Amino acid sequence: MTGRGLVVVLPYMWLLLFFVVPFVIVLKISFSDIDLAIPPYKPLLEWVGKNSLAIKLNFNNYVFLFTDGLYVKAFLNSIKVAFISTVLCLLVGYPMAYGIARAKPKWRNILLLLVILPFWTSLLLRVYAWIGLLKGNGLINIALLSLKIIHEPLTMLYTPFAMYVGIVYSYLPFFILPLYANLEKMDWQLLEAAQDLGCRPWQAFYKITLPLSRNGILAGSMLVFIPAVGEFVIPALLGGPNALMIGRVLWDEFFSNRAWPVASAVAILLLILLVPFMMWYQSVQARESAGER
Amino acid sequence: MTTSAGAAVKAAPWKDPTSRPYVQVEHITKSFGDFKAVNDVSLKIYQGEIFCLLGASGCGKTTLLRMLGGFETPSAGKIFIDGEDMTGVPPYERPVNMMFQSYALFPHMNVEQNVAFGLKQDRIPKPQIQERVATMLDLVKMGDFAKRKPHQLSGGQRQRVALARSLVKRPKLLLLDEPLGALDKKLREHTQFELISLQDKLGVTFVVVTHDQEEAMTLASRIGVMNHGEIVQAGTPSEIYEFPSSKFVADFVGSVNMFEGKLIEDEPEYVRIGSEELGGTIYVSHGISAPPEAIVWAAVRPEKIFMSTAPPSGTDNVARGAVQDIAYLGDLSIYLVKLPTGKVVRVTQPNTSRHAEAITWDQLVYLSWDATSPVVVTR
Repeated sequence: MTGRGLVVVLPYMWLLLFFVVPFVIVLKISFSDIDLAIPPYKPLLEWVGKNSLAIKLNFNNYVFLFTDGLYVKAFLNSIKVAFISTVLCLLVGYPMAYGIARAKPKWRNILLLLVILPFWTSLLLRVYAWIGLLKGNGLINIALLSLKIIHEPLTMLYTPFAMYVGIVYSYLPFFILPLYANLEKMDWQLLEAAQDLGCRPWQAFYKITLPLSRNGILAGSMLVFIPAVGEFVIPALLGGPNALMIGRVLWDEFFSNRAWPVASAVAILLLILLVPFMMWYQSVQARESAGER
Repeated sequence: MTTSAGAAVKAAPWKDPTSRPYVQVEHITKSFGDFKAVNDVSLKIYQGEIFCLLGASGCGKTTLLRMLGGFETPSAGKIFIDGEDMTGVPPYERPVNMMFQSYALFPHMNVEQNVAFGLKQDRIPKPQIQERVATMLDLVKMGDFAKRKPHQLSGGQRQRVALARSLVKRPKLLLLDEPLGALDKKLREHTQFELISLQDKLGVTFVVVTHDQEEAMTLASRIGVMNHGEIVQAGTPSEIYEFPSSKFVADFVGSVNMFEGKLIEDEPEYVRIGSEELGGTIYVSHGISAPPEAIVWAAVRPEKIFMSTAPPSGTDNVARGAVQDIAYLGDLSIYLVKLPTGKVVRVTQPNTSRHAEAITWDQLVYLSWDATSPVVVTR
C-alpha cells in the first residue's frame, strides 16, 4: 500500500468507525420492535427453524411518526424555528460581516476575535447567562425598571422571543465567518465602477455586493439552518416546556419513554430531511471554489 | 490620419488666452494626514485633447485623476468641468466616466450586461440600450463576445470591454488609469493607436494617467509631468522632450546626457558653459536667464550627438572618449562612451547601413553636437 493510500485510509477508517457504524446501528434499531428488555428492542435477525435467517423490518415506527400529529408538528416547528433563526442571523450578521470586511486591516483581526471570543466559554454557560439576563428579576428588567422605562417586569424568559435570542446569539458566528470569508475577497473597486456608471451607494450595494456575496450568504445560512433544526437545548432552557422541537421529542422518546425504535426512526427521518440542504451547501461551496458566481 | 487630438494640437488652444478650457483645475491640494499627495496643482485641459499625467509611482497622478472622477474630495481648491463647479459632486452625478486600471468588470454579469449597466442606471429604454451596446461592442471589436463572462476573456479583451463600458454613456470626459499597463508590448502598441482612433471618432476629451513615458508620448496631445504631487511641466510631447524645464523632466522623459558646468559667457543670443565633467566648453545658441557664474546643466539628447573617428572642427561642443559599451537594438545602437574625465556619455545612432567599419568596443571616438542641441536647465 503506497503512502498516499495509507493517508487516505486513515480518515476513511475514522469516518467508518464514528459515523457509518453508529448510523447503521441507529438504522437497525429504527426497524425493530420495542421490547421490555435491555436493550429495549427486539433483535432484527432471528433464526427461524434450521438454516434459515429471518430479517424482520418493522415499518410501524415510521408509520407512527407520520400519522401521529405530535411528530409532524414537531418537525414542522423545528424547521420553522430554524428558518426564522437563519433569517434573523442574516439580518444581524450581514451588517457585522460587512463592517468587518470594510474595516481597516489592523482592526479586522480584533473584530473577528471578538466574534469568536464567546466560543471560548461553554455554550451552556452562555445560555444560562441569558436566563440571568432575561428572567423576571434579571438584569435587563432591573435596568429598565430603575430607568423607569417600564413599570412592570417584562416577561421575556420562556417565550419564543427568548428562544430566538438564544439561538441567534449562539449561531451568529457560524453565519458571520463564512460570509466574511466571501466578502473579504470582494474587489471594492467594483463599487467605485458602479458609482462611476451612475449608481448611488445603496444601489451599488444592492446590484453588486449583494449578488456577489450570494455564496457567502448561502454558506452561512446552511451552517445555521442545518444544526438549528436539531437544536433543543436552547429551546428547552429559554423557550420553556412548550417549545416543541424535534430534538426534544427525540430526547423524550429515548430517555423518558425508553422507546428506542421510535427515537431512532425520528433520528433517521431528521437526517433524511437535512440531506438535501447539506447537498445544496456542498454544491455552493464547490461553485465558490471554482470561482464561478 | 487626422485625430481629434491632432486637431487640438494644431489649434493649440492652450496658447490662446481667450479660449475656454474644458476642465479647469484650480489650486487643488489633497492631503492624507501630513502627507500632501497633490500639492497646489492648477491645470487647464481643452476639449478634444488627450492629456497625459506622467510620473513615477507615488507622484500623485492617480490621486489627481480620482479627484477629477469624484472618488476623492480635494482638501483645497476647485475643479470645473465644462464651466460648472464639480468640486464636491459625487461620481454618479458627474458627466465623467473612468476606465480603471484593473478594469473592474462586474464578474457576475456578461459582457453585454456590463456595458449596458450604466445605460440601465439612466433608465434609457431597452431597445435603445441594446442598439447602443451593440454599436459600442462592434467599435471595440468585441461583438462576438457579448454573452461571455469576464473570467472567460483574455486581458486584452477585458480591456476593450472596460473601454466600451466607459464610453457607451458618451461622457464629456473620460479618465483612464494606466490603460495599457497590463498588456504586452505588441498589444500595447496596437491598442495605443486604436485608442487614438476611437477618441477621434467619438470626440471625447481624455485624461490618461501613466508612468510609461513612451505611452504618454504616443497618446498625448499634451503631457503634464508630475513629481511629488506637483506638475513640474506641461506641454506637447515635443516641447517636453526638446525643451525640458528642469533636470527632472529632462531625465524622466527619454534619456539625456547632463553636463554640469558654470556660466563663462552669458549673452542674449548665446551662452558658453565651462564643464569639468565634459572637460571642455559648451556653446549654446540661445540665451538663458541665470545669475552670473551660476551652476547650470546642459542637457544633450543621445540622438543629437555625432560620433566619428575623425576629429571635428571647433573647440566648443566636442569631446573625445573610448567606447565602453554597445547595445544593438536592431533599428539603432546605443553607445556608452567614457570620457577622460570619467563621465560616461550615451550616444544613439540609427543603423542606416551595414558599414564594414562599424564602431567597436574600446575604439577612440570623437563626439560633437550642434550649438542648437543643448538645453540649459537651471534646476
